[in-house]
Amino acid sequence: MIKDQEFLKDIASFCIENSKKLGATDVGVKVIHSVSENVSFRNKKLDESNRADSFAVNLTTYIEKKKSSINSSDLSKSNLEKLIERCIDATKITPSDENNSLPDKDLMSKEIRDFNLYDETHYPNNKKIEFLKKVEETASTDEKIVNTEAGFTENKNNFILANSNGFLGGYKTSNFSSSCVAVSRINGAMERDYEFGSTRFLQDMMKPEEIGKIAADKAIKKLGPKKIKSEKIGVIFDKRISKGILSTLASAINASAIARGTSFLKDQINSEVFPNSINIIDDPKIEKGLGSQNFDSEGVETNSLKLVENGILKNYLIDTYYGKKLNLKSNGRSGGTTNLYFENGTLSFKDLLNSEKKFLYITETIGHGGNIITGDYSVGASGFMVEDGELTYPVSEITIAGNFKEMFKNITLANDLEMKYSTNAPTLLINQMTVAGK
Amino acid sequence: MSNFFKETDVDTSQAEAIVTETLKNCDDGELYLENHKSESIVLDDNKIKSSTYNSDQGYGFRAVTGEVVAYSHSNDISKESLRKSSDNLKDTLKSKKGTYNHEIPKTNSKYYENINPIESKTFDSKIDLLNSVNNYLRSKGSIVNQVTANFLGEHKSIEIIRSDNQVLKDDRPLVRFNVSVVLEKDGKKETGVYGVGGRQSYDDYLKDGSWKDVCDEAFRIANVNLESKPAPAGEMKVVLGPGWPAILIHEAIGHGLEGDFNRKKTSAFHNLMGQQVASEGVTIVDDGTLHQRRGSLTIDDEGTPTENTVLIENGILKNYMQDRLNARLMGTKSTGSGRRESYKHVVLPRMRNTMMLSGKYSQDEMISSVDKGIFAVSFGGGQVDITSGKFVFNCTEAYEINNGKIGSPIKGATLIGDGPSILKEVSLVGNDMKLDPGIGTCGKAGQGVPVGVAQPSILINKMTVGGTKL
Repeated sequence: MIKDQEFLKDIASFCIENSKKLGATDVGVKVIHSVSENVSFRNKKLDESNRADSFAVNLTTYIEKKKSSINSSDLSKSNLEKLIERCIDATKITPSDENNSLPDKDLMSKEIRDFNLYDETHYPNNKKIEFLKKVEETASTDEKIVNTEAGFTENKNNFILANSNGFLGGYKTSNFSSSCVAVSRINGAMERDYEFGSTRFLQDMMKPEEIGKIAADKAIKKLGPKKIKSEKIGVIFDKRISKGILSTLASAINASAIARGTSFLKDQINSEVFPNSINIIDDPKIEKGLGSQNFDSEGVETNSLKLVENGILKNYLIDTYYGKKLNLKSNGRSGGTTNLYFENGTLSFKDLLNSEKKFLYITETIGHGGNIITGDYSVGASGFMVEDGELTYPVSEITIAGNFKEMFKNITLANDLEMKYSTNAPTLLINQMTVAGK
Repeated sequence: MSNFFKETDVDTSQAEAIVTETLKNCDDGELYLENHKSESIVLDDNKIKSSTYNSDQGYGFRAVTGEVVAYSHSNDISKESLRKSSDNLKDTLKSKKGTYNHEIPKTNSKYYENINPIESKTFDSKIDLLNSVNNYLRSKGSIVNQVTANFLGEHKSIEIIRSDNQVLKDDRPLVRFNVSVVLEKDGKKETGVYGVGGRQSYDDYLKDGSWKDVCDEAFRIANVNLESKPAPAGEMKVVLGPGWPAILIHEAIGHGLEGDFNRKKTSAFHNLMGQQVASEGVTIVDDGTLHQRRGSLTIDDEGTPTENTVLIENGILKNYMQDRLNARLMGTKSTGSGRRESYKHVVLPRMRNTMMLSGKYSQDEMISSVDKGIFAVSFGGGQVDITSGKFVFNCTEAYEINNGKIGSPIKGATLIGDGPSILKEVSLVGNDMKLDPGIGTCGKAGQGVPVGVAQPSILINKMTVGGTKL
């Protein structure tokens, strides 16, 4: 059973009181309990069951402008007393930094709204097993599928965030997720693909047959890939990976990267960064949203932000520390974005595929080839060639490369946005990237 | 050495009794206890940005029968919690019957000392050194735009209780010291990163001002990159420098030779045992026994002593890396490669220090044999698709080669290749094998573990370079 708020509050108060007793002028603390149960299957047989019961305390103490932190998984008061003492000792001898402080009181979240983030339903392991059997039965119908793996995870989480200015808030969240990985084979060569679903509520989970079928279909379609010639070509990003463009944007407009001068978007606020048809929104208040929250990791209230409006960069992602450095107020983004998405484009998926004679359609990228400082981008990729609007043959062992600054300006969005993850994007086209192949 | 049962309502013999009772119908399993202390002190933007101390303790209780693994973990070391975990494991495996294999090799060798690096250097002296790094790098001129430096230190005590009261223990120190510098010249910015580390105290890596060498190297890489031109795109010859570029080996073939993927037949290597998978002259080992190296372990996380496992000998595939479960199912023995990130994670077969051994050629011979290609000296990281065998890694320092001569530096680019065929494209193996500086972390199934790599310079006949210049 997940611990209740009172239990977590008691520990949070204990930490704050003891830190103050030992000389802390300010204190911030988070106490978390999570219980997670996972079952996984392989080739229609039980492979692993895993139960996790975890506690965590994250404590930061301040003495004027000096600051230090401790984290622990042991909630016993004797252990916490020892660690608080250690934290205070370290705080005393850490150099001051004028930007260290708790958030402004008037920015703190005042009320906790219920965004429907907790489903108390418990899905027992035998039900998970039935679910996974269906996933794998569907995934392995075609004889080209030689291996399947499937998993189901149920997670319940409760937390309290508190500070010595009187802020205290927290709530329960839940998450159900299921995945299937299918391996296909033809002439001794194998390909792998997957499908994945994640929801706050059990009832919203994809059907097991759907998960299995999508994974298998995708793995089969990838068989027999070709390596293509190096060329400049329009590249279409499948929805599974187009959201990566938004993650890059989020890193580049994080106040830390801006304040440190290590972002290719430094000094670009209020400038045109995307085509003027593009709007990008970060909305923490979506019902059942995977990224929804009442306040950020410092307790600052989070509200919907238009990060990009008509192609113009309007907001950074700001926390208290880097906000002070930039002379800006925190906008509740300590810990990053919430539910981040592109507003839909105008072209249908089909029209996008038909907008030129030939495209490269990418379904997967590998490697970490994005450089936030210079904007340079180069990753391994696989996908399909598109000719006259049709996916003609699979492609692999190639790279795609460009620079984010130019890539951003050459984006065209389809109108097929779905809210499946916490960061979501429709299918998107980037005109002219360099593909390296043969 | 931690006493896990102090201040709890269980003692060792009661815990042993629960383990023996829980595992009596199982093929394998153990109670794994871990106490992990770690610290991170970060200097950034002229300030001590953060100082954090972490203290984590818990157990992972595992029961294995056939192919099925039941696992339960918790922070709460108590009779009630262990009982609950035990019930959970027994429930998962209730329809199965196994025979416990009590055999586990023992070792008297130790590959590192039991020191706690966090306590063996004072907090003050760490702060002082970080400030010295900042001052030293910033004194190199106004082109220094940003300096980040950090200490990461940890001490992990583990205890493994197997059925019938077999207890195995290990204490593992680990440190890493990292410097990153951003230079700016004529509106262009570039980064250089360098670090050192391993299973010793910080001062073993920083003495006699050798921290300045770490700073100089980060500065040098950033400086080279300021002059870089767009990288070429397409297939060409690639010379890799010695040391850290061996993450090519780690990605291209290391992961594909881990036991689990081969037992499940999802690795591109699963049907290649005994066959030629690399050019003659290529020998690759995975060694857990190197003294004080980042990837070394006295015993793995199942209690098996580590060893030097030959993976490829003169081009022929000889062995996979095995944990107990995959070894049992494949009818072989564990190679001491069973590892987990923490008590919160199940054991998987993993790499330790993966090394290609020296051949007979000099780096100069390789470079002068290339008409058009690239010379790659340093890398950021890599990734592999085990099933298709395709892998990538990102250059952070590389140069063009034109007519046998090293030319201009080129921008960071991804290199992509095919694991099972890339080693057949290795045409020359250098005589200059070097270990990496001790900074690698390998990710698999969401678990990060410290690893090492090593290789001599090598010449690869054909690889796709993912630049922007056609």
